[in-house]
Order: sequence, then C-alpha cells, then structure tokens
Amino acid sequence: MDAMLHISTLHYLVLGAALFLLGVIGVLTRRNIVIVLMSIELILNAVNLNLVAFSRYWQGIHGATALHGQVFAIFVITDAAAEAAVGLGILIAFFRNKETVNVDEVNLLKW
Amino acid sequence: MRVIIDYIQSYLGSDQTPGVAGNWFWATVYVLLVFVGLSVAVIAMNWLERKILAHMQVRLGPMRVGPHGLLQPIADALKLLLKEDLIPSEADKTVFWIAPFIVVLAAFTVFVVVPFGPTHAITDMNIGILFMLGVSSLSVLGIVTAGWASNSHYPLIGALRSSAQMVSYEVAMGLAVVSVILMTSLNPTGTGTLSMIGIVRAQQAQGTWFIFKFFPLGLIGFFIFAVAMVAETNRAPFDLPEAESELTAGFHTEYSGFRWSLFFLAEYSAMIAVSSIAVTLWLGGWLRPFPNALQGARWDFFFALFPGITFLFLGALAIFSASRMPKHPYFRIQTLGLAGFAAVLVLIGAVLLYPPVSRVVQDVFWFSAKVAAFMYLYIWYRGTFPRYRFDQLMKVGWKVLLPTGLAVLILTATAGFFVR
Amino acid sequence: MAPVATPFFFYLLAATMIIGGVLVITRKNAVHSALALITALLAQAGIYLMLYAPFVAGVQIILYAGGIMVLFLFVIMLISIERTEKERQFNKQWLVGIATAGALGGLFIAVYTKGKSLFPEGRLSYPESGNTQGVADLLYGQHTGTYMFSFEIASLLLLVAIIGAVVMAKKRI
Repeated sequence: MDAMLHISTLHYLVLGAALFLLGVIGVLTRRNIVIVLMSIELILNAVNLNLVAFSRYWQGIHGATALHGQVFAIFVITDAAAEAAVGLGILIAFFRNKETVNVDEVNLLKW
Repeated sequence: MRVIIDYIQSYLGSDQTPGVAGNWFWATVYVLLVFVGLSVAVIAMNWLERKILAHMQVRLGPMRVGPHGLLQPIADALKLLLKEDLIPSEADKTVFWIAPFIVVLAAFTVFVVVPFGPTHAITDMNIGILFMLGVSSLSVLGIVTAGWASNSHYPLIGALRSSAQMVSYEVAMGLAVVSVILMTSLNPTGTGTLSMIGIVRAQQAQGTWFIFKFFPLGLIGFFIFAVAMVAETNRAPFDLPEAESELTAGFHTEYSGFRWSLFFLAEYSAMIAVSSIAVTLWLGGWLRPFPNALQGARWDFFFALFPGITFLFLGALAIFSASRMPKHPYFRIQTLGLAGFAAVLVLIGAVLLYPPVSRVVQDVFWFSAKVAAFMYLYIWYRGTFPRYRFDQLMKVGWKVLLPTGLAVLILTATAGFFVR
Repeated sequence: MAPVATPFFFYLLAATMIIGGVLVITRKNAVHSALALITALLAQAGIYLMLYAPFVAGVQIILYAGGIMVLFLFVIMLISIERTEKERQFNKQWLVGIATAGALGGLFIAVYTKGKSLFPEGRLSYPESGNTQGVADLLYGQHTGTYMFSFEIASLLLLVAIIGAVVMAKKRI
C-alpha cells in the first residue's frame, strides 16, 4: 500500500505502458481510419510520457538543467502534428476516390 | 475576531499571489471574487452594448424596463431561464449538452492567471501567457462540437467557418505575444519571463509601456493583437459565422434558453480575457499612467483620487438623469430607483476617496479601467465597421497579419540586440 | 510551492487518461472518440505539470489539444457518413490484434517487475522558474545548445508536411 501511495518514476512508466497498449489495440483492431490515426496519437503520447518521466529521473542525478527528455518530447509533439496533417490529407484524397473510411476496403492492390 | 483581523492583515502584507504562497483560503476567495466580478461585468456589458450601440445609431435603446433600461439585463436573464429547452430530434444529446460547458470552461479558466495587481491574481504561473493562449484555444473545440451536435447544416457551416477563423488568428496573436516576450528580456536583470506579473514588472522596470517601446514596433504589434483578438472572439467586423443575416446565428442556432446564455457568457468572458492579455502585455497592466515620468508622493496622491472621482462622476450623471425624468405619477418608482442607484454610486465614490481604501484599490481600478476602454472599443467596432466576407477575413489573417507579425518579431529582435 | 496531495492527483489524472484511452478505441462514433482523446490529452498535460515540466504541458495544450484535435474534428465532420456507425466496428483480425497486445503487455509486465528496483523515488521538487529557460538553453544556447540541428530539421519537416498535406488534399494538382 505504501508503494502505491508513494509516486515514483515507475508509476509514470506503467501508466505510459498502459496507454501504449491501448493505442496498439486501437491500431490493430479498428476499421475506421480516423480512429486508427487517433490511436497512433495515443501511442505517441505514451512515448512522450515516458520521455518526460525519465527526464525528471535524470534531473535527480544530473541537476535541474538536464532537460533532454522534455526537449525531445517537444520534438515528438511536432512530429505528431506533421504526421496527423499528412495522414489526414491522404485520408481525404482516398475518401474522394472510394467514399469509404474503412481500412479493410483499401484493397485495390489485392490480387 | 482578533484572529480574523490578524489573518487578513497577514495576507495584505504579503507580496505574493495566493496561489504562489500556497494559501488555499485566499485563493478560493479570489476565485469566487473573479466569478462574481465576471458575471457582473457580463451583465453590465449587455446593458452597455445595447445602450451605446443605440446612441451610436441615433436612437435610445432600452428605456422601459427600469430607469433608462438599467433592469433590462435582468429581464433578459429571466426570459432566457424560462424559455423552453429545445434539443433537435436527431442531435447527439451528450455532445449537445457538453458543448456549451467546454466553451464556458475555457473562457473562465483563463482568469486564473489574469493579474489585477502585483498580488491580486489567483496565481502567478511561470508559463502564464502560454497558459492563457493555450486555454483560450480550447474554446475552438467547444464551438466545433456545438456546430456538429446540432445536426443541421447552418450550424455546421457556421461552426467550421468560426473555428477556421479562430485558428487562423491565433497564429497572428501568438506572434504578437512572442515579440512582447522578447521585449521583456531587455530588463536590467537580463532575463525574460512568461509570467503575466513578470511582464508588467518588466514594463515598470524598463520605464515604458511596451506599446511605446521601439516605436513603432510596439504599436504595430499592439495593432496586430488588437485585430486578431476581435477576430478570435468572433465579434464585428469578423462575425460572419454568427451573423443573423448570413447564417441564421451560426453555430448556436439550435441552442435556446439557458444553453444560449452560456454561449453568450463565454463570448463576453473571452472578450474580457483577451482584452486583459492586451492590457497586461502592451498597456502596462495595473500601472497608473506615467508611473516613472511623474513620480513622487504628490503625483501618487493625485492619481489615487481617480477611482473615487470616477464613481462620484457616475453618481452625478445618474442624479442628473433622475432629475430629468418625466414628472408623472407613473414614473415615480423609476425616479426613486434611479436616485437610489445614484446614492449607491456616490457612496462608493466617497468610500474610494478614503486614502487607505484607495491605496488598496488603485491597481485593480487602473486595470479595470483599461479593460473597460477595450470593451468600449469592441462596441464601437460593432457599431461602425461593415462585416468582412469570409474569404476577405481569411486573407487578412494569413496574408496581412502573419507577415506583419513576423516582420515585427524580427525587427524587435534586431532592435533588442542593438540595445544590449 | 511544495507539492500537495500527489497520489490523489496522480491517480485521478491516470484514471482520466486510461478511461479516455479506452473510450477512444471503443466508441462507434468518431466524434465521441475525438472528445475522449481530448480529455486524455488534457489529463496528460496535468501529468506533465506533476513531473515539473510546465513548458511541455503548455505546448501540449496549445498544439495537441488545441491544434491537432481541431484538425481531426474538422476532417471527421467533413467526411462523416452515418452508415459507418452502423457497420462492423472491429476488423476481422481482432483476435490476433488482442493476442499481440497481450504479448506486448506481458513483456511490459516482465520488464517492470524485474526492474522495479532501478528507479529511485525522486522526491525532490524543482523550481518552476528555470524550466522554460532550461529548455531554451538546450535548444538555442551558445555552448549548451545540443538540439539546434534537430530544431532546424523539425522546421524542415513541418514545411514538407505542409506541402504534402496541401498536395494530398487538392482536387486537381
């Protein structure tokens, strides 16, 4: 009980792992492309949480200016924005052709 | 009793905001004060807007409900509360219900960091201005969900247009804000700051309001922000998404009664919020006019008289209009009401002239006076400018304000580099 | 200011995030999923504040919740068709998907139970005032700016993404 009441780095890592799992399940099982893209955002957020949690752990060892994890988390957020924009652009282009948003109907190259 | 007085004294003597000092009781008191103050301000804005617009259009505005229509907002509020609560049949009930709350939440949470004085803020976050920009961008989500949840094409188009406009002008706002943050780093201490109280203290330390700094860069930055903030709050002349003649009231078409009044409350609170950002960043926040040029105890005393004199002047205006009311038995109650209101104003003015009270009230008064000037400007724009067409609106946002904002930023950085 | 009631806030925010995540992957209506994701992102900003990262929390609110999610909502509303809500929601390989996620979960549990002793408490509290300046030092500092090159590449990446999104969504190129 005391281990649960005292929040250590491990708590944040477990939370990040749980979010990552939820995102992976969403990517692998949903049919709607938009929800798959949103699950990818969940995965990226879980990674960010890990980075920032480790940055705080690193600060405890190397002093208050060791903020490398936070800087990298900002880069990941930038990446996520770029990827969401391009992904949704591709989605709109595909939707214009085939009038569907389901992943398993994207089968024009199937033999 | 002694304990209470000691507690109040100990708070008034501190030099930190309650949030930073960790003082739960005073932080809660401030939250309640901000809540009540905002509601009173929105009610007053309702009456002021109708009266001032009417006088600009050479008519009288509401005159019947109370003396000179002073009770009109109360009548409006009662009407809105008693109206039937309609939900369109195919609308998504949960999202329809949540949407006004998101907008009100975003509009009210911004006030956590608004500095009414050096210690008169709920808290002073180190990322104050970043927090304000971020939370005010959350209101876009409420508008988009409101338009979608109504399940009807006018609200959907209105919501998409409104959110496209808000997102575009947020970029211009951000650039103008960044140029001000650059100016705060030219302090004698050498470090810039993102906290709202820090920005006003930087203006005090550098001796100029940032609107006059590096003339004309501060002025252009202020203009960019002033235009962007009008577009951000969907007010005239950028109110195409909610104009009645174009889109039948846009994203809040299907909302009636209390839900519509929540949107209304959120819109006016957002107006006051972005005006406080403009006042804090460019116009010196709570500082009285000429804080460094006209220094000394006599000038301090002179400027400390202003709160009391303002209320006495308003009371005198009310007495004058009470004396001009028609002398007919039907108007007796209204005349008595207006005279009572005038007496209250004169009493507040007399209390504010008392030196210990005016010293405490000084900062809040100057801040509120500057924000009130911005509110008057908002109403003036509504009465004067014709509406922008949507493509003209987007053109102004992206092709005019964004390059100008970038130029101001680069020139401010260059000027700051040479000053150092 | 000393931290207050840390376990309570951590569990509250963690529960909000997990519930938001579960709602994202299970709702039929894409707009409900988007709203649940917004809640999860805001809770994540709160957790960043608990980890003494106020600048990253501010960036998360502005960019993620106020920018990327608006983009998602726009696209959902522009291409929303009601018949997607009545179709089958989970694809045919859902069993394999859940088995994979289960294997991954087992891996995580194994790693974290074995490595439980590696992460000490971190009871220290850091001053809020230096955070933005520290991040700026790492990005732009003259002698400490290790991430300047990555910053420039990130801006190039955003330019490429803008061009890509515009080209992808045009009707006629």
